[in-house]
Amino acid sequence: MPYKYTIHQHTYTFSDLRTLMARATPFRSGDALAGLAAETYMERVAAQMALADLPVKTFLNEVVIPYENDEITRLIIDSHNGVAFAPIAHFTVGELRDWLLSDEADTHTLSTLSTALTPEMVAAVCKLMRNQDLISVSRKCEVVTRFRNTLGLKGRFSVRLQPNHPTDDPKGVAASIVDGLLYGSGDAVIGINPATDNPAAVNRLLQMLDSLRVKYDIPVQSCVLCHITTTLELIKANAPVDLVFQSIGGTEKTNSSFGVSLSLLAEAYEAGLSLGRGTVGNNLMYFETGQGSSLSANAHEGVDQQTCEARAYAVAAKFNPLLVNSVVGFIGPEYLYDGKQIIRAALEDHFCAKLLGLPMGVDVCYTNHAEADQDDMDNLLTLLGVAGCNFVMGVPGADDIMLNYQSTSFHDALYVRKVLGLRPAPEFEQWLVSQQIMDENGRQLPPGETHKMLMNTVL
Amino acid sequence: MPGDQLIKPDSWSSLKAFTNARIALGRTGTAVPLNESLQFKLAHAEARDAVYSVLDTEGLQDGLQHLKISSYQLHTRARDRMIYLQRPDLGRMLDDASAHALEIDAGDYDIAIIIADGLSATAVNMHAIPLLQLLVPRLIKENISLAPVVLLQQGRVAAGDEIGSLLRAKLSLMLIGERPGLTSPDSMGAYLTYAPQKGFTDERRNCISNIRPEGLQYNAACDKIFYLIKESLRLKLSGIELKDNTMLLHA
Repeated sequence: MPYKYTIHQHTYTFSDLRTLMARATPFRSGDALAGLAAETYMERVAAQMALADLPVKTFLNEVVIPYENDEITRLIIDSHNGVAFAPIAHFTVGELRDWLLSDEADTHTLSTLSTALTPEMVAAVCKLMRNQDLISVSRKCEVVTRFRNTLGLKGRFSVRLQPNHPTDDPKGVAASIVDGLLYGSGDAVIGINPATDNPAAVNRLLQMLDSLRVKYDIPVQSCVLCHITTTLELIKANAPVDLVFQSIGGTEKTNSSFGVSLSLLAEAYEAGLSLGRGTVGNNLMYFETGQGSSLSANAHEGVDQQTCEARAYAVAAKFNPLLVNSVVGFIGPEYLYDGKQIIRAALEDHFCAKLLGLPMGVDVCYTNHAEADQDDMDNLLTLLGVAGCNFVMGVPGADDIMLNYQSTSFHDALYVRKVLGLRPAPEFEQWLVSQQIMDENGRQLPPGETHKMLMNTVL
Repeated sequence: MPGDQLIKPDSWSSLKAFTNARIALGRTGTAVPLNESLQFKLAHAEARDAVYSVLDTEGLQDGLQHLKISSYQLHTRARDRMIYLQRPDLGRMLDDASAHALEIDAGDYDIAIIIADGLSATAVNMHAIPLLQLLVPRLIKENISLAPVVLLQQGRVAAGDEIGSLLRAKLSLMLIGERPGLTSPDSMGAYLTYAPQKGFTDERRNCISNIRPEGLQYNAACDKIFYLIKESLRLKLSGIELKDNTMLLHA
């Protein structure tokens, strides 16, 4: 069904819901590359005005990718919670925006909405919001998950320690882990992107991570971010797998290009659960997402990249993840051109995921061919800290020497904790204090026994 | 107070021996010391300048003339760097004048070599000629015929396949500047396609990455490329079915 909106006697027509959504999206290079972006500023605002008038329940009757063609559409429609939806069923998208910002929509109320809202509803309301609105609403959400520690509590800010090495050299990786731990990073996960997906090589890294964790009794989880089929194989071979990782997207075709499906994810999730390695909880999936992945895989189906991204969160939500993060600036300038677009997309992703009940973190990052630098990352990191983001990455000196991009550093994480009064996950904070790495106020202590012992593990 | 007393060095700096990662940077408060901050900015500046560097067509032509190879200058449909960065599709297509120029000189060559700026013209400006100085004599010795070399501006990898196809070459070999890393602003990649056609995707190509003195050195890169060219011509294929077994041969 076409949607129309008239401004100054000019009628803008949008052929269907996905087109309306695309035209209403704040400008980004990826939507232009896909030929989906609004052609004028006026057309974009017209689309936003039309979208604001749309009843939210429209999204239950009109889908952006046909039900019969896409298993994620089926997942979204089949798992929608009509009872939870009832209190907001009468809203238009615009009214939903106003209500989300009201005092009535408090932390508890928002937590009841995660199964009431579909990704497309959340994407739509997101397109009507300014950055400030995205931050205000995100900050009210609290999504807590547990494995060996408790992540996502208000007032806490966690870090994935990302100790990558171009050849997966165990000592090289361990050196970066020690650096990160002594800077108070690693409570979200110690997670390595391996240079190769070779099962034996991945297993070597898993064994090294596990023995380090056990030796120092660190309340953290580890992960080697290989393909999920490799992880499945390793679980069957009794490797010490804590978290099960996979990159996912928001269309069935995108996931096919990643070599995964909902049934494969379910199989790996069950396999992970069967190990029973969590101590304080059983959230064990770790997903990465990012705007532009569907376009990059030629699998966007005419849907804008922000809506595709939100649909990926329906996939994540099905498997009770411990961690989800958007790798927002990694994909390159043909999808998100500059610091402004990267910052906007990161706030959108964090907002949408939080409303849908996900423990959202962000890889605050950029590549060298994007119009961005450390100043943009400082801005984004600070905004996400204010927005209540669950975690960011900790890469030595912000320079990932394996993936060749810039993320956030251990120092950056300490900065945001300090200026915003945020603290690490409680169990990890206790460990840092008991090992005399940090004091109760998060200040680093002079080198002591643990510093020496950790250093000697590598030497 | 002198600056060196403000900086708190990290006691585990001996671990730097195990990785090039930026570990044990020290700190002032929670911030990295200024020296480290400036070193990072310098590395980023090198990478940024590399992205905006321009193909040195004169220098490359001179170098090719010494090898007794003629060359063309062509351009893709990406008019400038800003468009190139946002429209990878245009960087994969020749503009009309370029496509026309090639049709005139089509011949049955064994190999078409293309030198493209990619994301770092600096890389090919520095490394393309030294590599070809090693490779070309070996190709000539094996009676492998060469098309005139194409110097391509605002080019992406896939443009090499259209060029190879228009020149009616059995193989295309593209030397192209890779996305600069923070400590590798001048990394050159080599992409090889058998029976190149417009519209081919990555699985049809073999790639040799990180060619530069601090990475894969010229001699080793030349060995790999020469091996792949010979195997590709012998087996009449490229891509995932063509394995680089040079390591086995040397073992």
